[in-house]
Amino acid sequence: MSTTNTTIQDLTNQEYKWGFVTSVEEDTIPKGLNEDVVRLISAKKGEPEFMLDWRLKAYRYWDSLEKSHAEPKWANVKFGPIDYQNMVYYSAPKKKPSLTSLDEVDPEVLRTYEKLGIPLLEQQKLAGVAVDAVFDSVSVATTFKEKLAEAGVIFCSFSEAVLNHPELVKKYLGSVVPYTDNFFASLNSAVFSDGSFVYVPKGVRCPMELSTYFRINAAETGQFERTLIIADEGAYVSYLEGCTAPIRDENQLHAAVVELVALENATIKYSTVQNWYPGDKEGRGGIYNFVTKRGKCAGRNSKISWTQVETGSAITWKYPSCILVGDNSVGEFYSVALTNNYQQADTGTKMIHIGKNTTSTVVSKGISAGHGQNTYRGQVKIQKGATGARNYTQCDSLLIGDKCGAHTFPYIEVQNSTARMEHEASTSKIGEDQIFYSRQRGLSAEEAVSMIINGFCRQVFKELPMEFAVEAQKLLSISLEGSVG
Amino acid sequence: MSILEVKDLHANIHNHEILKGVDLTINPGEVHSIMGPNGSGKSTLAQVLARRETYEVTRGRVLLNGKDLLAMKPEEAACEGLFMAFQYPVEIPGISNAYFLRAALNAIRKYRGEEELDAMDFLPLLKEKMRLLEMDERFLNRPVNDGFSGGEKKRNEIVQMAVLEPKMAILDETDSGLDIDALKIVAKGVNAMRSANRAILVVTHYQRLLDYIVPDFVHVLVDGRIVKSGGKELALELEEKGYAWTEPASAVAR
Repeated sequence: MSTTNTTIQDLTNQEYKWGFVTSVEEDTIPKGLNEDVVRLISAKKGEPEFMLDWRLKAYRYWDSLEKSHAEPKWANVKFGPIDYQNMVYYSAPKKKPSLTSLDEVDPEVLRTYEKLGIPLLEQQKLAGVAVDAVFDSVSVATTFKEKLAEAGVIFCSFSEAVLNHPELVKKYLGSVVPYTDNFFASLNSAVFSDGSFVYVPKGVRCPMELSTYFRINAAETGQFERTLIIADEGAYVSYLEGCTAPIRDENQLHAAVVELVALENATIKYSTVQNWYPGDKEGRGGIYNFVTKRGKCAGRNSKISWTQVETGSAITWKYPSCILVGDNSVGEFYSVALTNNYQQADTGTKMIHIGKNTTSTVVSKGISAGHGQNTYRGQVKIQKGATGARNYTQCDSLLIGDKCGAHTFPYIEVQNSTARMEHEASTSKIGEDQIFYSRQRGLSAEEAVSMIINGFCRQVFKELPMEFAVEAQKLLSISLEGSVG
Repeated sequence: MSILEVKDLHANIHNHEILKGVDLTINPGEVHSIMGPNGSGKSTLAQVLARRETYEVTRGRVLLNGKDLLAMKPEEAACEGLFMAFQYPVEIPGISNAYFLRAALNAIRKYRGEEELDAMDFLPLLKEKMRLLEMDERFLNRPVNDGFSGGEKKRNEIVQMAVLEPKMAILDETDSGLDIDALKIVAKGVNAMRSANRAILVVTHYQRLLDYIVPDFVHVLVDGRIVKSGGKELALELEEKGYAWTEPASAVAR
């Protein structure tokens, strides 16, 4: 069956196309982490006292975890020990943009974004998307600030928010993901260097899609960004994030935190296309994507919807979750996770039902190819007071070839007898038989695979904003190229 | 010109020789049947003609409408008009039967420089063929062969054949697993496809199917070679006397 596997490999083994390195002068601090490093990061950003205090508390908490070896080990992924002292915690393009105009951004950085197909300039107007670009650890450019400001929407880098809107940051930072939440969230809280901040005021429907592109460039650098989105009463916002990184032999850590807060009648839609460098065909290098994402439906009738397409990273460890506090609030999670070659993913969601008549929907599609290992891990918890809560979970796995694996760990905890829970799961396999059958009917192997994959993922893709859905489809077929035949 | 011309075809799987010199010529309008005992190489012949890459052709040549079939990829052979109804039709999750078949038809049309069909043009065509094979319309939106019974899968193969309108159709043990009613429906579908510019090769173990799809020629394949050819009466003779009757002494001794 060697031909079978060869063809399957051919289809899944496509090169990572975003693996270039940009040569810009970087302002990088020495490797290692201690209180002084935390102070240095805070000082470099000119932060107010409250921010430094918070970072230090987080650092001390993390340090105690690290000393007691409390790095989480429960995920269904394997990797060697991470040396947290052998990593750089702050790196920024040296030519520090004043952020008043794109003209002042290092042209190399702008070219990088152009190469990635992310136009920061005029074209954005046509696309109707406002972009915040984070290069290594800092935000380099945010577009359409003025237009958004007219609507009262604040969309800026996290650092700017700390300086210009400290009252909002103080109020909401850590309110969904406290610095004690978990090992990686604590680490992020101590050293995060930038990220995006969004505030949509009462009754405002954000006039355009907001988008952040993250790019890791520097070597031996961890990326720790933090995103905070607040939708005030009756507000609506749709936010997209994308990410890429150069090809490097060593593993790089990406430990981000995202917090969403939806007040009464507010809706937040958060979409991710994650395409960090996945490592090479033998599993060397690649990003460790250890991310904490959580949203709080704080008010009545609020809604938070997560959509993610995860194709990159050597290891993905993330569970975008919803805490449904407000009565009638709605949580959604739509996910496509693909693991190829030696990638590992342990991803899923948590839906915590606290308010009455809260509903949640979970649709997870896992695709495993090559030697990839794909785990769905999801928790649905119905608390005592959550009368009339409902959950629907659907969890499908697709295996391509015979060396990969799919695993499912659903946790269901119900403390209120009025709850209605549905859980559906399926596993299917694409092998040489399906491919040959399709080819005998006139379709090429690539067409057959992309058709099968797109059919499999349709439910999730339709939740993505249009341009993103197209991008996600392309990305999937590229990530899978060489895997089937 | 003949539609299919097989000359001295030898083929291996895992270095084990299965076909040991097959010669076969099929002309437009003809229906041929290949019969033979289990393990004689019938399905291998069908799969090799469909260009399955797990088989290695070691000698011989095959022309499809005068073109070198052995140089074609499976999808090229399909686009050149070769169709195989599978002995075990494969389930494809996540794609509806209608979507799959339209994609296939359009791939073939595109190859031939014809305009692709949109869903509005395609659906009436598909429904017509499904009625012929007495398949319920609910199969339109079910994933390809997913949850179909054995008989439904075989009928679905013939629906596909009817839509794709091949020049050379190979039916690989299409009768296996069919009850008599389903067999009649399948035969009706195949017979409706008989035409002066199309050829059909029916690969079967039993004579039963040939009562309904009456061949012009019958070939007996034993141990990788065609040992006897004749008219439709050869099938009846085989049914009566068994395959041992045709086998050369050496093959029996083996």
